[in-house]
Amino acid sequence: MVPVSHVLALSVILFGLGAAGFIVRRNIITIFMCIELMLNAVNLAFIAFSRYLGDPDGQIFVFFVIVVAAAEAAMGLAIIIAVQRNRQTLSIDDLDSMKL
Amino acid sequence: MATHSDLPLLLLMTLAKVVVVLGVLLTAIAYIVWMERKVVAHIQSRWGPYLVGPHGLLQPLADALKFLFKEDIVPDEVDRPIFWLAPLLAFTLAFLSISVIPFGESITIAGHTIPLQITDLNVGLLFVLAVTSLGVYGVALAGWSSNSKFPLFGGLRSSAQLISYELSLGLAVVSVVLIAGSLSLREIVEQQRGLWNICKQPLGFLLYFTAAVAETNRTPFDLPEAEAELVGGYHTEYSSFKFAMFFMAEYANMVTVSCLATSLFFGGWLGPVFGPPLVRSLLPVLWFALKVLAFLFVYIWIRGTLPRFRYDQLMGFGWRVMLPVALLNVLGTSLIVAWRSV
Amino acid sequence: MTLLQIAFFFLSALALASAILVITRRNAVHSVIWLIVTLFSVGGIFLLLHAEFLFAVQVILYVGGIMVLFLFVVMLVNLDVAVKQAQFSRQWQLALATAIILMAELAYGIYRGHQGFTLAQTSAVPPTIGNTQAVALALYQDYMLPVEIASVLLLVAMVGAVVMAKRKLE
Repeated sequence: MVPVSHVLALSVILFGLGAAGFIVRRNIITIFMCIELMLNAVNLAFIAFSRYLGDPDGQIFVFFVIVVAAAEAAMGLAIIIAVQRNRQTLSIDDLDSMKL
Repeated sequence: MATHSDLPLLLLMTLAKVVVVLGVLLTAIAYIVWMERKVVAHIQSRWGPYLVGPHGLLQPLADALKFLFKEDIVPDEVDRPIFWLAPLLAFTLAFLSISVIPFGESITIAGHTIPLQITDLNVGLLFVLAVTSLGVYGVALAGWSSNSKFPLFGGLRSSAQLISYELSLGLAVVSVVLIAGSLSLREIVEQQRGLWNICKQPLGFLLYFTAAVAETNRTPFDLPEAEAELVGGYHTEYSSFKFAMFFMAEYANMVTVSCLATSLFFGGWLGPVFGPPLVRSLLPVLWFALKVLAFLFVYIWIRGTLPRFRYDQLMGFGWRVMLPVALLNVLGTSLIVAWRSV
Repeated sequence: MTLLQIAFFFLSALALASAILVITRRNAVHSVIWLIVTLFSVGGIFLLLHAEFLFAVQVILYVGGIMVLFLFVVMLVNLDVAVKQAQFSRQWQLALATAIILMAELAYGIYRGHQGFTLAQTSAVPPTIGNTQAVALALYQDYMLPVEIASVLLLVAMVGAVVMAKRKLE
């Protein structure tokens, strides 16, 4: 059997990697992918607990997380296309017109 | 449940089944290509391949040799790893979903009962849908990595087409699942012992087959590789064995889709069974093969008779006709199922 | 070590390696492909934890849907410029430190909370019904309203995406 601590450790490292990528990268699309990475890390933790508590509720949460991820991806990618069309750039450093 | 001493035997048996199924499938693909050329030729009042062997029967062999010995051209500016990955992906995925299709009931050799199916997953149908949903990657990545405009157009078109028609395909399958109450293909076939699902789900079958033709990029939905407008579509830059992999993947997909249509709507291996035990266990496989062959013939027949859609017509048809009808079909089916279970 | 543990360690190594590749690749298409590998290995771990239905959802929805959308957008936008630009922001040391501190905090939290449950605990009760049935029953009986709300959310997102990506609003 795989102990729950192992799965949680993997989940934490994956989340950390996602967070690091989110802060470090400049390309919007990659930043978006890092968000997906973090969501997946959370899903993993949910499923680990669901398995070890013998309760399917954790899996229901994962289902909703995936639904939200789908909605978010559709919206976010639409925004990216709009940004690319109006500003001809995908680097977040160039999107600074709100700066004083 | 398998005990420990059974495990090696089980593995060996599965391996043997994989080898047999792969061998049969590859041979079948070679001869489906021959059949397609012959049937289309006769539809167009030609003879088709005639020179290699009697009635051109050795033509597939010659084609395979030609593919193997042609120069493998890799254009300069391609993204090499992905250019390699794409045909491999298309090929593997095409052969993956055949593993959950039941070909027959079971066969008894030396006291061991062997089910005629590589694996009986209890979520077999979900597995097939998952593999189908991945099929888009081979095409899209091939189009992108070629770094050339025609393949890119082909790749983009096909991504859009595959995503659009996958919805109708999934919904058509859902209505069968609603009737059967199971996701295991073996159970779905078993439940059709009295009456084939085609009688209960004629609309579902039409939706499934139309979407399936679109999913396999066949005429009249073959826009991703429309020769007349896109040179060759997503595989324009591919040659030699990599092209052969795409080619085989397309036909393997046709076989899978036909197998699935047979299992879901036409009673799978079910049919009249008689005679001694060995014949008794092999006859279902024959029925299955015959039904699949009939579907493949319909595929070729459609190709020989229908013109290609225009791109906007294709998308319009997928979203404005197929999807609403599929949704209504699911709604109606679930209402009937709910009404009958009350 | 059992077969299950070997599979788990292999899948975790694959997930971590590909996750690192996701955040370091210059070309967004390569990032997408490595993210798909990560998603697959995480899905494999779902399977090891007996969540077959969510494995299927992960593959069909995440890999077969969301990631295709990503790939589609990456292909549509002009990448040649983005590849040549600087990939990492200027304060990357600070960012990395923050991420490491975050990981440490989470790890500490798990360590402190380990009295609440046995870490080496295996499943409390063996599942009596299949995973798909269990999830379906919970989804359509206990969580009926959230499911409806989720579907409305998806509809809103769909309409929003169409409006956003439309070229011009008259």
